[in-house]
Amino acid sequence: MSDTTPTRPLPNPDEPDTAEFWRKTKDKVLGYQHCDDCGTVVFYPRRHCTGCLGSNLTWQASNGEGTLYSYSIIRQAYHPFFRTQVPFAVAWVDLDEGPRLLTNITGVEDPATLEIGQRVRVVWEEHEALNIPLFEPF
Amino acid sequence: MVSQAREAAIVGIHEYPSRDVEGRVSPLQIKAESAAAALADAGLALSDVDAIYDAGDGGGMSGLTIAEYFGLKPSVIDTTNVGGSSYEYHAAHAKRDIAAGKAKVALLTYGSTAHSNVQRIGAGGRAGGIHPADNMESFTGMTLIANYAMVAKRHMHEYGTTSEQLAEISVATRYHAMRNPEAVRAMEDLEFLDIRETTIADVIGSRMIADPLHLLECCMISDGGGAVVIASPEVAKNCAKPPVWILGSGEATRYPENGGDMTVSAAAQSGPQAFGEAGVSPAEMDIAMIYDSFSITVLALLEDLGFCAKGEGGAWVEGGRLRFDQAGGPALNTDGGGLSSNHPGMRGIFLLIEAARQLRGESTAQVPDARLAVAHGNGGMLGTRHCAGTVILARD
Repeated sequence: MSDTTPTRPLPNPDEPDTAEFWRKTKDKVLGYQHCDDCGTVVFYPRRHCTGCLGSNLTWQASNGEGTLYSYSIIRQAYHPFFRTQVPFAVAWVDLDEGPRLLTNITGVEDPATLEIGQRVRVVWEEHEALNIPLFEPF
Repeated sequence: MVSQAREAAIVGIHEYPSRDVEGRVSPLQIKAESAAAALADAGLALSDVDAIYDAGDGGGMSGLTIAEYFGLKPSVIDTTNVGGSSYEYHAAHAKRDIAAGKAKVALLTYGSTAHSNVQRIGAGGRAGGIHPADNMESFTGMTLIANYAMVAKRHMHEYGTTSEQLAEISVATRYHAMRNPEAVRAMEDLEFLDIRETTIADVIGSRMIADPLHLLECCMISDGGGAVVIASPEVAKNCAKPPVWILGSGEATRYPENGGDMTVSAAAQSGPQAFGEAGVSPAEMDIAMIYDSFSITVLALLEDLGFCAKGEGGAWVEGGRLRFDQAGGPALNTDGGGLSSNHPGMRGIFLLIEAARQLRGESTAQVPDARLAVAHGNGGMLGTRHCAGTVILARD
């Protein structure tokens, strides 16, 4: 145990509602659902529509670009992996297609220079069974 | 002047005094001891209780478990669990059940050993992979504090709110805590450093935990618990203490939505319901018991409850307006709040308890002739998914 480098806690790829989202990340596709009955953009992914409870959902692919809605720089964390990452930025990103997702901002020297409203795009952190969507300013 | 129907009243209260039980008692024992003390405060007996309200802190199937543990065969059980706002929901439901004739004496209890269990509530990561939302979020390492911090960051961005303004909430709360011997002992037992009244400079000079929230803007993690007894008017008139009437209540839910405004909480919906039912306005409140998990929680909730407009909270809290000995606003969290007195994980019951103390004239930071109070619980997390419970209370 002592020589094991702590790693990012990964999603459960078999969780029923979100399994398809994570399956698509293997191809570096950032997916979201659209309801063909009422037009609602559903996110986080589910088997039903949050506008009408219907099940007529179609997967669409985001272009991976969006806007920083808000963020915080975490300076204290107890999780074995994240305590090695501090300080790091956690953020809400509004994708151009509508979904708001929680992520980490990467690729910045000093996360204190981040600004709400700035443009960000997805960068994939590669793992064996799936890939993790992080975002960087561009 | 208040002229509402008086269908149920808080008649008994107890706040468990210790915030660090060092493993000597269990959450269940804290609940039972608090129940006994609150019933004694009311001048009632266990056999008078016919309804129990429980947020599940005693374990699974809590309605059944607690009934047997206390030695009760209640005709009403309500196990609503919406985190720290559960007790505002319970008070509202108790009033409803009593008004419907289903019960006469309702018992609410809470017990927690979060501190003794070394629960890293604030800076811990969440377990992932069970709920689909968790499965989409826990890979980010978002801490509970960061969840709230992102509301503060957005509030600052949209409205120009400053850390100095947010610090006013911590300063006012500590000002009250230093007048409450139990709060001072709590801070000593939990090994707070340099226990004294604070300044804005102290707060913004304290260590940054998750930008823009500093250490002194974050609540403590204590042990603790308490109990509240709510009774019908017929029972209340013969109780030992003056009744604290439940005039109105509101409940609401909010969660992340595409394009949603994170600076607005569920209080924007529950507040108007509660004030409307009570027939009173925020400006009439002598006391505001607002769930202070963090400074930003109070700022956002004060706005949403209607004490000022959305975005104006920063300027509104300036100048010590929220202190018990200053005019121009309600006295905020006069027991010392979750920031400086008591936060074992679900603080909602203490909001009712301190509001009742104020309306009885028993607070350690007593507002002279306090007549009206609002207790607002926020359960869950402000920046993502939470429930709001607002309760309006009045004395005769």
